[in-house]
Amino acid sequence: MLHSPVERVAEATPHAIAKRFRGLSDRSLAWLFVAPSIVLLLAVNIFPLIWTIRLSFTNFRVNRPNAEVEFVGLKNYISILSDKDIWLTMQATAHFLIWTLVLQVLIGFSLAYLINKKFRGNDLWTTIIVLPMMLSPAVVGNFWTFLYQPQIGLFNYAVGFLTGADPSSFSMIGDVSLAPWAIVIVDTWMWTPFVMLICLAGLRSIPDSIYEAAECDRASKWRQFWTITIPLVLPFLMLAVLFRGIENFKMFDLVVQLTGGGPGSITELTSINLKREAFEKWRTGYASAYAVILFVTVFGLASIYVKALNKVKQR
Amino acid sequence: MSYSVTEPSRRQKWFAGVLVVLYALITILPLVWIIATSFKTPSDAIAYPPKTFFTPTVEGYVNVFTTRTRLTEEQLQAVGEPQTWYDRLVRKDGLVISGPSRFAERFTNSVIIGFGSTILCIVLGTAAAYAFSRFKVPLKDDLMFFILSTRMMPPIAVAIPIFLMFRSLGLSDTHAGMILLYTAVNLSLSVWLLKGFIDEIPIEYEEAALIDGYTRFQAFYKVVLPQAATGIASTAIFCLIFAWNEYAFAVLLTSGNAQTAPPFIPTIIGVSGQDWPAVAAGATLFLVPVMVFTILLRKHLLRGITFGAVRK
Repeated sequence: MLHSPVERVAEATPHAIAKRFRGLSDRSLAWLFVAPSIVLLLAVNIFPLIWTIRLSFTNFRVNRPNAEVEFVGLKNYISILSDKDIWLTMQATAHFLIWTLVLQVLIGFSLAYLINKKFRGNDLWTTIIVLPMMLSPAVVGNFWTFLYQPQIGLFNYAVGFLTGADPSSFSMIGDVSLAPWAIVIVDTWMWTPFVMLICLAGLRSIPDSIYEAAECDRASKWRQFWTITIPLVLPFLMLAVLFRGIENFKMFDLVVQLTGGGPGSITELTSINLKREAFEKWRTGYASAYAVILFVTVFGLASIYVKALNKVKQR
Repeated sequence: MSYSVTEPSRRQKWFAGVLVVLYALITILPLVWIIATSFKTPSDAIAYPPKTFFTPTVEGYVNVFTTRTRLTEEQLQAVGEPQTWYDRLVRKDGLVISGPSRFAERFTNSVIIGFGSTILCIVLGTAAAYAFSRFKVPLKDDLMFFILSTRMMPPIAVAIPIFLMFRSLGLSDTHAGMILLYTAVNLSLSVWLLKGFIDEIPIEYEEAALIDGYTRFQAFYKVVLPQAATGIASTAIFCLIFAWNEYAFAVLLTSGNAQTAPPFIPTIIGVSGQDWPAVAAGATLFLVPVMVFTILLRKHLLRGITFGAVRK
């Protein structure tokens, strides 16, 4: 085993280091430690991504392996960007994204603010609030279809009980005007705790001394809230929005189980639409171009956002 | 006790407490409902108004583990008296158990793939995190960002080539394939979290060990690893929970052999239509372990879910 690659690398390292640490040199150890992870990520993430990009310029179909694969240039991209249905999908995604973010930020921040009042037992209740977020979205989403059933569903019953409406008179996931809200409600239920936890970390990072100083200057509580609390929590809040934004742009499991994109295609978010193109219609080349467009969009939006986030942090 | 301007008043605390408890009770209701439904009979489950009090039964749990067929009176008499308690339970509805369902199998797959990928992820992640934390790795920041960016990809976007790749390598619908895939998915989390934990261990410990004549590798596993044990354990549980909950890849890349529980549970149906107590029983068995872990893990929660971006 004397001439294993590792030992050869070890031999090649400068004497000074080799003398200090017997055995493997730091440099070879570093590579030995990092390489397997990088190789795995290249194989399972980057290689497929490059393959997707290549496929996106062809008319390849997985279900017709023997058909001739033609290079079609930008045709796939052009037909996607000029497809009206895809823009409707984008609209559905935007509606979902904006409303879940607004609701989660509002409720999440309020909860964090209340929990930060440090009432007795706040730890226990925080843990209970966090539970939905840790569970499988597909399994929970599927069960929500039961809660949303007209008449027998708990959700409809509760709404009927509170508003006096007939619980069998509306169907959250069957009605075109309600379904987009059905997915917003479940996502908000599930992921508000995430925003809450990050806001809580932000609130707890503010030193008491700042408030004490403000108190000495006779700043009102209201003023303290807007000039101390909000600006100092903002970087945390923006981080939460980034994480949720990326996740909800990719949203698949929860909504696929909840509505399956229906009724019609009113809740068909981009990921669901993409899955249809790729694994039901088997238009592989077309779906690949679609995937590339989505990835570029996420990456682009995230990069712009991170720049803004860093600016806020530097203030 | 000294008076503090930042300490909320008792009335404020009371008010905040009531609102938070109210929200917690509402938010927990769907989960309580899943568990309650799993102990209902099918007719109790779909009763109107929804039943809060009912006689509990384990029928849902029997149904989730078995397949049943409906027999006619004569056929039932030919089968004879039910032998076991679960036979008697389904016989009430004129059914006989015709065999085990695939639930146990799918659950086992979830366990194998979850634990397999977690172990692999922790081994690879700890090594990479240690290197990033302690050594001068060329392009360190770029590599760390590259690792994070793999998380931004929508699973469906890479699912097509992975599907093709797995098919040509003979990995489609196998445990090995899914373990590799979930390891890659979770590696970003594991490297980022573990780097944070290892960064916090004072470098002086290792330097002392090196002076004592340990090699770098010995210093790593005899000094750093024990110090990072808590961090490694909580990272492992996060990886396990993510792999456990994963649905998109599972539904696209597995169909029979290596299918995990999340794509399977929604497909559970009874002899006549959707059997909600059975679905709820499957969901309960699947979700309760995660709830327990969450409660145990509450102190490390924030770090885990934000990739170590927020530390307490």
